[in-house]
Amino acid sequence: MSEFIQPNLIPVIPEMVMLAMTCLVLVVDLFLPQAKRGFTLFLTVLTLLLTAAAVIAIAPADTVSTFGGSFILDQLAVTLKVAILLISALVFIYSRDYLKDHDIYKGEYYVLGLFAVLGMMIMTSAHSFLLVYLGLELLSLSLYAMIAFNRKSIQASESAMKYFVLGAMASGLLLYGISIFYGITGTLDLNQVSDVVRMQLTENPIALSFALTFIVVGLSFKLGAVPFHMWLPDIYQGAPTSVTLFIGTAPKIAGFAMAIRLLVDGLSDLQAEWSQMLLVLAVVSMALGNIVAIVQTNFKRMLAYSTVSHVGFIMLGLLSGTEVGYSAAMFYTLTYAITASVAFGVLMLLNREGFEAENIDDLTGLNNKNPWYAALLAIALFSMAGLPPTVGFYAKLSVIQAVVSIDMVWLAVVAVLLSVIGLFYYLRVVKAMYFDPSDEGRELTIKESLDVKILLSLNGLSLLGLGIFPSGLMAYCILAFS
Amino acid sequence: MTETIIFYVFALMTVVAATAVVTVRNPVHAALSLVLTFFTSAIIWMTLEAEFLAISLVLVYVGAVMVLFLFVVMMLDINIARLREGFVRYLPLGIAVAVIMFVMMVSVITGGIFSGDSVIEPIAKAADYSNTKALGRVLYTQYVFAFEIAAVILLVAIVAAISLTMRKRTHTKYQSPSAQIRVTKADRLRIVKMPPSSEPSRSKTLSNESLGNE
Repeated sequence: MSEFIQPNLIPVIPEMVMLAMTCLVLVVDLFLPQAKRGFTLFLTVLTLLLTAAAVIAIAPADTVSTFGGSFILDQLAVTLKVAILLISALVFIYSRDYLKDHDIYKGEYYVLGLFAVLGMMIMTSAHSFLLVYLGLELLSLSLYAMIAFNRKSIQASESAMKYFVLGAMASGLLLYGISIFYGITGTLDLNQVSDVVRMQLTENPIALSFALTFIVVGLSFKLGAVPFHMWLPDIYQGAPTSVTLFIGTAPKIAGFAMAIRLLVDGLSDLQAEWSQMLLVLAVVSMALGNIVAIVQTNFKRMLAYSTVSHVGFIMLGLLSGTEVGYSAAMFYTLTYAITASVAFGVLMLLNREGFEAENIDDLTGLNNKNPWYAALLAIALFSMAGLPPTVGFYAKLSVIQAVVSIDMVWLAVVAVLLSVIGLFYYLRVVKAMYFDPSDEGRELTIKESLDVKILLSLNGLSLLGLGIFPSGLMAYCILAFS
Repeated sequence: MTETIIFYVFALMTVVAATAVVTVRNPVHAALSLVLTFFTSAIIWMTLEAEFLAISLVLVYVGAVMVLFLFVVMMLDINIARLREGFVRYLPLGIAVAVIMFVMMVSVITGGIFSGDSVIEPIAKAADYSNTKALGRVLYTQYVFAFEIAAVILLVAIVAAISLTMRKRTHTKYQSPSAQIRVTKADRLRIVKMPPSSEPSRSKTLSNESLGNE
């Protein structure tokens, strides 16, 4: 047995801060009366900000790994962790009024959310199959419980059950792939896996691609790529909107990190094979996501299909197999998460007690009622559709550039054509907000609270700001892969 | 030689019991077959000198998880006929999937890295070698981070289970003895100061008068 070396604990300080603070929130919340629940939210946001500060404070100049190479802190992990933490903090602040109205304003909601964030942080830093899987399970388990959190809603319980069963199956597939890789390489550490795969490449191509298939299937299930997308629309629609907002933003970043860790860090020698698999998944996702979204009348369901098409775009960046492609995909993922937080954030403001705003019809006349929120939602939708000068345009452009640079012009053309189809359903929502007459007798109520208004406005305007000056964020994305 | 015989006997039992889990009609029998599958797998592990895993499989799965399963199966009134609906209809598809999986696995296992020739036979450890100690040693050193995360996952399971199932029941007739003992006079008795009203005082004087009359 090799001698055990005391691990370097500095790179895991953010995770330790996060875990300690989460346990503190769990205990403090027990002693708070319902009227003082705001303090739990305050502590939750404080936890996220403190952890983000810790990540920035210890950010190393070079890649640092600890715990025998199973945990890694590099530029990619630092950037993604900060993004996950900040977006989660926004999400929790936006959902406060919604939670109050739907009688789920409880401390456990925030505790589960914080554990989910911890799982995402572990996923971004994991450098062994074991940690990738454990981080993923920590995230998924918390999400299952958060979806079912509103016990009065049968729909929410149903979608939690669906997510649980399908998620367990996806984890099983992923584990199956991992176990075959373990059989081939005899190690779980991604660096060593990468070395052994390089040696085995010519000897055992069948066994390797057999294992890779399961990994890719598990990954695309978690990301929500066609044909493994079936859970997404049901869960987006059935879950409380606050949870949909949470699922639709930060976990996408964690899923991207998982894809990078597994495919790029661990299995880069099989790139020729997984590129082919991702190519099929990406094209089918963009086509089905954009076309099926056209017929949706439920706004949340429509955004779910739109997510499927965006996942296709992220995969386009990954499959190019170049550093430019990876950083384009990272930029796309980050900006998508910011955009989705605005779209769901505005939708959530329209909810009130006993009423769940989720249909496109519910948005009619929003411009008359409150032009500012209508404008913010329109910016978010334009960004998703990829219209300039919003950030969505630049994100799509950089992914398409990456695809063109590997001489797959036909793929770029397909992506652009499918985005044009997608434009239709985004604009339909804008039409409903601005031009459709609102039904008589249906009162549109908007919850106004100052902090949400300020943050949501900044969040929405950042889509324009990043669209006009994308180079700052892009520089971080390029740095992560250089 | 004896080891080989033991392996084949218990391997055969494992396969038969596992098949029974999905084919028997009665769910209780299915659960019991699963118990047998776990038990025989534990014995196969034992022949591999993995005593700790074998014993924990029996303790955790046979002792706890499956007993819980049996409870659930016996408590719930499951309509067996409905469960078996569509078995024949989906059978061709199921068989097709099973055959494809089987062929794929055989093609992977027979050639290359998973074939019997390429696996190095492990050296048998001495009789005093403690499997449990060896596991514990790597669990708390090499895999300590993963171990901690597994602990956090368990904590999430506890928080989730309690928050999803605990309800404040309002109609229970629960008594709190400590509250009953600590009760004070002020909690039960309310003394109200009332101004003397005119009506009773007159009756009082009347009664006094009547008393005086007598």
